[in-house]
Amino acid sequence: MKEDTAKSEQVLQDKTVFGFWVYLMTDCVLFATLFATYAVLRNNTYGGPSGQVIFSLPFVLLETLILLTSSFSIGLAWLAAQKNNKQLVLKLMAVTILLGAAFLVLELREFNHLAAEGNSWRRSAFLTSFFTLVGTHGLHITAGLMWMAVMWLRIYKYGLFKSSLRKITMLTLFWHFLDVVWIFIFSIVYLFGVIG
Amino acid sequence: MINNQSSVKPRNYYIGFGLSLLLTLTAYLLVWRHAQSHHAVFTDSSLRIGVIVLALLQLIVQLIFFLHLNFKQNLRWNLTVLSFAAIVVLILVIGSIWIMTNLNYSHAGYGKTHDGHTLTSPSQTNQYIIQDEGVQP
Amino acid sequence: MWGKLNTNVIPHDLVTLGGVASMAIISLAAVGYISYKRRWKWLWREWITSVDPKKIGVMYILVAVLMGLRGVIDAAMMRTQQAISVGPHHGFLEPDHYQQIFTAHGTIMIFFLAMGLMFGLFNLIVPLQIGSRDVAFPYLNATSFWLFFAGAMLINLSLAVGGQFAATGWLAYPPLSELSYSPGVGVDYWIWGLQIAGIGSLLSGINFLVTILKMRAPGMNLMKMPMFCWSVLGSLSLIIFAFPILTATLTMLALDRTIGTHFFTSYFGGNPMMYVNLIWAWGHPEVYILILPAFGIFSEVVPTFSRKPLFGYTSMVWAIWGIVLLSFLVWLHHFFTMGAGANVNAFFGIMTMAIAVPTGVKVFNWLFTMYRGRIQFKTPMLWFMGFVATFTLGGVAGVVMAVPPADFQLHNSLFLVAHFHTMIIGGVVFGMFAGLTYWFPKIFGFKLNERLGRYAFWCWFIGFLLAFVPLYILGLMGATRRLDHYDASLGWQQLFIVAAIGVAVIIAGIGFQILQLYVSIKNRDKNIDKTGDPWNGRSLEWSTSSPPPIYNYATIPVVKDRDAYWVMKHSKNETSSETPYVPIRLPRNTSLPILTGFLAFVFGFAIIWHIFWLAPLCLLGIIATLAIRTTGDDHDYTIPSSDVAKIEAATRRGYA
Repeated sequence: MKEDTAKSEQVLQDKTVFGFWVYLMTDCVLFATLFATYAVLRNNTYGGPSGQVIFSLPFVLLETLILLTSSFSIGLAWLAAQKNNKQLVLKLMAVTILLGAAFLVLELREFNHLAAEGNSWRRSAFLTSFFTLVGTHGLHITAGLMWMAVMWLRIYKYGLFKSSLRKITMLTLFWHFLDVVWIFIFSIVYLFGVIG
Repeated sequence: MINNQSSVKPRNYYIGFGLSLLLTLTAYLLVWRHAQSHHAVFTDSSLRIGVIVLALLQLIVQLIFFLHLNFKQNLRWNLTVLSFAAIVVLILVIGSIWIMTNLNYSHAGYGKTHDGHTLTSPSQTNQYIIQDEGVQP
Repeated sequence: MWGKLNTNVIPHDLVTLGGVASMAIISLAAVGYISYKRRWKWLWREWITSVDPKKIGVMYILVAVLMGLRGVIDAAMMRTQQAISVGPHHGFLEPDHYQQIFTAHGTIMIFFLAMGLMFGLFNLIVPLQIGSRDVAFPYLNATSFWLFFAGAMLINLSLAVGGQFAATGWLAYPPLSELSYSPGVGVDYWIWGLQIAGIGSLLSGINFLVTILKMRAPGMNLMKMPMFCWSVLGSLSLIIFAFPILTATLTMLALDRTIGTHFFTSYFGGNPMMYVNLIWAWGHPEVYILILPAFGIFSEVVPTFSRKPLFGYTSMVWAIWGIVLLSFLVWLHHFFTMGAGANVNAFFGIMTMAIAVPTGVKVFNWLFTMYRGRIQFKTPMLWFMGFVATFTLGGVAGVVMAVPPADFQLHNSLFLVAHFHTMIIGGVVFGMFAGLTYWFPKIFGFKLNERLGRYAFWCWFIGFLLAFVPLYILGLMGATRRLDHYDASLGWQQLFIVAAIGVAVIIAGIGFQILQLYVSIKNRDKNIDKTGDPWNGRSLEWSTSSPPPIYNYATIPVVKDRDAYWVMKHSKNETSSETPYVPIRLPRNTSLPILTGFLAFVFGFAIIWHIFWLAPLCLLGIIATLAIRTTGDDHDYTIPSSDVAKIEAATRRGYA
């Protein structure tokens, strides 16, 4: 009976993790649409500022390094979950949450700063597509953080249970995916923006 | 990662993190120096290509070291779906850019000639079309 | 507090009120009937909270058909208007109203009739054909249905609350669909109805993909799978990669209309043509999403009623994937005239012509299947024959328009309208009818009346030709689409009258279909499908009883070859393994999916009417629902093996 449940959990995990992977592929296409729109509209500044004017490379590098490190820490958390090490999972997940939150705060500050000087999404098609692409990524990060927080609380209260590995795997996949998307935002939005 | 591979070691993550860091910093420094310096070492477009290549390399690094994607049997469908997604993404992004730029085809000044001259008037564009395509526009 | 809602949102004009009244009457009649029969608990338990794909499939089809009736009424109104609105006469529809009608017609037919029928058949047939008990994610499946339902309800509500729909055409191009040119709520209803239904579609796409790839019966490797499932797999791949484009694009239009972004505005740097580009990058795969399952249905029907295996199985599989890949490479042919240069137009023109090739391969394979077969012209086979004639006609019309210079003449003419209706009616609708008549006995346990089915087919087929061949001619004569009035000197009226007669004949066909249902249900005791295999079928679903037990298969079949059931029937091994029955675990009913659908509906309504405090609340509600669902671990119940044995024994007694 126990063998049966373990086997059925394995089958469930295979299906569910694969299904989540397929969802991530659809998210790729969603972001691709936003990237394509950004690429087409990026020079339509309508008299407003261009990327060269508003992007600060050191600031973006900081964001990038924070997110990259959080992807690293959640990967290690996943490994710890494989080894059933509850304490290590909690520690590494907490680090990831803090780094993710820091990323979000920095991004919100950038948005706020832009909006305050009149460069919100209403200013031009360039700014529209910038805010939407980067903002959609930020929304995904927010969702991931909420998911992570709920997961952290559950593990803290109830420990690692049989369905945990499946759920942690999906969360980790999600977070890695967001870092991969950020690689392209960093490159295509910010670096290209500075190049001109 | 994807299907409960207990064979994954922490080493993968350290290597992945290190390589990603390297690729990120390289791209960043290239652009930073380009922006700071008064005489550019690279042209704009070659710099862009470099940045994209670095980004794609980092994508592959993260797929291999963080997501443990490999060619083994149990990940066959993951790889298939990913490849399909990659194809669709490329078609969508490159196709959209090509189409949307090309919509200005009939405007004066659309693009440059093959040897780098900018077309600045409708008659220039016309002449260029006759030369380039052998047809009357 | 209530956003833009006020007492003026209730419509005043008679035609709209007529629409609202008819919907209200039908709904009240249904509610009254259920109350009279005291069946609310039964409805809740057996249908609304069900996670059984066999039930969900029926619900999809029911909603699709009801929405389809709305769409047909729209069509009848348009045909009538165009038949009489010549010269000094202006028909009975105001231009603005006419525009809303053709917009609603297209939107409803594609998103709710065609997609609904399609997902309905996926639910009903795919698990059975692959030898599975369920789909990969039953809860998600139910949620997808209720999201689809919520989208449909928003579209319907637009008539009653707001009294207007988008007047932009079914794809709502900007700048017309932007706030400055469509300031009312019509376009917002369109956006959110589709956005919500679209998310349901995407989730179903993922669900069925995982189902087909991971839950096939042992021994059924992909090249032994029924061709319907292959076609579905192709369609699912398209859904998964195309629908996110729609989601993103609708969101961008919504952002333009709600928070003042400038994606597609005609000033501040926006580019309306980017919308056209993106919407067709989705839109073209969408039409292949619809046609591939129809092709799959024919791949089941033709071998069964030719009593021969499908000809060219491998080439059929390759053709499907050729179509899938190419359908992502042709989308510009929907806007050849938008100003691209020759290179771009030529590339997409060539790709468009190329995509006709795999389709041709499939048609020939069906014909070769029939060759030297022993054909039975049952109703499903009639629908196939109708398809061959009409689809070929429409297909070659498509190849004509694939040539960019020709398209400059024919773009947005009635020739185009005739072409795509031929594809969708001759292809998708005839295919769905073939499938529904073919699988009806399996789902409901009794056969449909053949004679009435034949009458329905002939009315549809002749009606279709009468309604659309004139449109091909009119298109070649220069008639544009979406006209609510035209000059008498053009000499078009006679053809429009013929087209109107055609619609009347189609409606007679629909009448026969309704009559067929009524008569068949009345006579069901005389037409019970006792064996579960009324057509001497070839695939696994025919090995179950009609209707199948809730768990589909008491013992998961082991598949040896293609046409798995045919092989089982004709193999000499009579060792029907008396494997003991095992207890079967199935997912429990749950009310959370309909709750999610309801919250999505209110969310859409809130954004449409700018009730901006309500929208985040609904979103939170949906997140809470998700959290509740993922907290619980015990979502299944078990049927003990003794019960399974009883059900199976009763079935076998019924066969005797």
